[in-house]
Amino acid sequence: MAFISSGYNPDKPMENRITDIGPQKYDKFYPPVIAKNKGKWLYHEIIKPGVLVHVAESGDEVYTVRCGGARLMTVSHIREICDIADKHCDGHVRFTTRNNIEFMVDDKAKVDPLIDDLHSRKFDGGSFKFPVGGTGAGVTNIIHTQGWIHCHTPATDASGPVKATLDELFEDFQNHRLPAQLRVSLACCLNMCGAVHCSDIAILGYHRKPPLLDHEYLDKMCEIPLAIAACPTAAIKPAKVEVGGATVKSVAVKNERCMFCGNCYTMCPSMPLADQEGDGIVIMAGGKVSNRISTPKFSKVVVAFIPNEPPRWESTTACIKKIVEAYSAGANKYERLGDWAERIGWERFFEKCELDFTHHLIDDFRDPAYYTWRQTTQFKF
Amino acid sequence: MAKHETPLLDQLESGPWPSFVSDLKQEAANRAANPNNVEFQVAQDCVEDILGVLELSYKDGVTHWKHGGIVGVFGYGGGVIGRYCDQPEMFPGVAHFHTMRINQPGGKYYTTEFLRKICDLWEFRGSGVTNMHGSTGDIIFIGTSTPQLEEIFYELTHNFDQDLGGSGSNLRTPSDCIGSSRCEWSCYDTQAICYDLTQEYQDELHRPAFPYKFKFKFDGCPNCCVASIARADISFVGTWRDDIKIDQEAVAGYVGGEFPPNGGSHSGRDWGPFDIEKEVVELCPTKCMKYDGGKLLINNKECTRCMHCINVMPRALHIGDDRGCSMLVGAKAPILDGAQMGSLLVPFVKVEEPYDEIKEVIENIWDWWMEEGKNRERLGELIKRQGFQKLLEMTNIKPVAQHVKEPRHNPYIFWKEEEVGGWDRDINEFRKKHLR
Repeated sequence: MAFISSGYNPDKPMENRITDIGPQKYDKFYPPVIAKNKGKWLYHEIIKPGVLVHVAESGDEVYTVRCGGARLMTVSHIREICDIADKHCDGHVRFTTRNNIEFMVDDKAKVDPLIDDLHSRKFDGGSFKFPVGGTGAGVTNIIHTQGWIHCHTPATDASGPVKATLDELFEDFQNHRLPAQLRVSLACCLNMCGAVHCSDIAILGYHRKPPLLDHEYLDKMCEIPLAIAACPTAAIKPAKVEVGGATVKSVAVKNERCMFCGNCYTMCPSMPLADQEGDGIVIMAGGKVSNRISTPKFSKVVVAFIPNEPPRWESTTACIKKIVEAYSAGANKYERLGDWAERIGWERFFEKCELDFTHHLIDDFRDPAYYTWRQTTQFKF
Repeated sequence: MAKHETPLLDQLESGPWPSFVSDLKQEAANRAANPNNVEFQVAQDCVEDILGVLELSYKDGVTHWKHGGIVGVFGYGGGVIGRYCDQPEMFPGVAHFHTMRINQPGGKYYTTEFLRKICDLWEFRGSGVTNMHGSTGDIIFIGTSTPQLEEIFYELTHNFDQDLGGSGSNLRTPSDCIGSSRCEWSCYDTQAICYDLTQEYQDELHRPAFPYKFKFKFDGCPNCCVASIARADISFVGTWRDDIKIDQEAVAGYVGGEFPPNGGSHSGRDWGPFDIEKEVVELCPTKCMKYDGGKLLINNKECTRCMHCINVMPRALHIGDDRGCSMLVGAKAPILDGAQMGSLLVPFVKVEEPYDEIKEVIENIWDWWMEEGKNRERLGELIKRQGFQKLLEMTNIKPVAQHVKEPRHNPYIFWKEEEVGGWDRDINEFRKKHLR
């Protein structure tokens, strides 16, 4: 494995350096039918799950076949996507915000051969490489974060629970039977790189034990004032600690004040929180980002903790399935999960979803908490 | 023969959903066979080690990745995230395994020519493992060594005309919905402004000068497909000021069952025949619609542009022609002080090149936040700490009733001295009328 230079000269880093050029310009990559009809689309229809047609003022049509994919994707897989796009779509393809892959063709006759090709491709392990679906009143791809594959702060894995959940919800990825779209998202810790806090169902990794303190190294690895300042509940204070006969500067944590957010660990690697028994999953429900009918809303914590159960997270997927089925049976057409829960009342939501209500679910974090308690005699028995 | 046994991960190969484990195994086999004689610049068996370290996490129930160190490319403070494995002897192929963020093209459209070039580079100089795409929008390259960072950057900028994305206390890579390129509901060209602002603010994107991260996201309409309202420090949500355009013939087509409601979204269940009263008129949040004598009437002045009726009858109803966007500010995930949704700052602005009016708002916000924001304080938290009035003052925006859902619940108004005719009073004058 000999080192091969790109042309970069480490002795003269500024020589021929190119910076600040930004991304590729978007319109370089438009398929011709998109370039021609941009801004002049008239309407669209989902002709069957996973297949959309957009019709332009010019009468042109573009057929989009949407398929799911793991966002963790290797170059072998991307090359296969390219092979498909070369064969059917004149070398064009796009990805959606929710990690779906979209193949576009400009003629209806090209749709079925494309779908047949996509569905014929399977991994050696047996799973589909390109399942078609993810449209309309169903479940689309789960957006997620990095998890145990490449992150230092996760409280759960990302790709594993997502695979397990989508196996469980797979029929609804390829069907339109739900009352409205159902967006499931996963963030493997509270940092929420994926911003899952406004999802119909959010799977959130969470720690439950206060940080360990690596006193011997803490002052060498961290800026103690930054670690102290990082704590939202002021649970961390400076401390002098005896380590092996020597007195070292470190911190002390008032454990009962800790809310397990991990912000101290972000600032100080000598304060790790991760723990096999402590870490697990919080289920949140009823959020949305769309302004349709009702205003956007946050997801609410409906299950305080489910242990991590690698490799298939059975309790988590079973819980999600239960919520989806209760929603499907109870909600009106066009009603999002959160709108349904608000209409029937959250007390009824817990009953319908067969979820236990525990003290953990009553907000006690600062001012907004009060606004979530019930200030009326209107409630359901 | 796999380098590491992965009995737990193997259980994620079954089931219908695409298995990332199968994909990683396929890549590991591809690197081992190396049919194209690639002179791998990082460990040939690094994908085996990714599987190995992930299997160990599945066994231990915790991650085996450490905090990033300071790595990057010369002159940039973002785009590269240092990543080290905490079991380097067991998994030497991933001991140093940094992430690179590559600024995605608008709308995430690609040609296969470009994608294949990206694949070739990343197979040669990295692990060949990616995210398509990361949460913020970038193409993510997962896993390369420190010496390769400059080489990859050099190749990207010299041969691909392609730059890195943002990370750290920078402007993060802006992202957009599909916009008017393929959506009839888009009220502005999301890709054009996303590209323009990305280019304009390259310095802010690459060189950390902010208190914390800062995100722009561009949604073409209030359906908010890129979730800007939940996660962007400034979200741009398309809207219009004039009337929804109605094609009464097409309305009749929906009523008569000729067209499927909501573009066919509900085809998996028999919901009965379409009922325009029940499914459109009664669900309108402002009750500004009427279906009378076979005609649909909208009192547009009372409409809040929620998109429901347009979503249900895309052939019959179309967004207005006087289009632009609303700007909302301060959205963020819960860490630390709780989640915040974007709050409306600019009810309406035209989205037209060179976007001067929009840039003025952005730059006023940045001036204030860079001056007053504490270390790791998001814009939304600063607005909460100093008040929405302060934001209006710093952006020279006139308060209007649209800024609030409802007026305040308390009279604790921070009156300014000039609003009350001055604060200096004479106690002796006061005592002349009010004895001690």
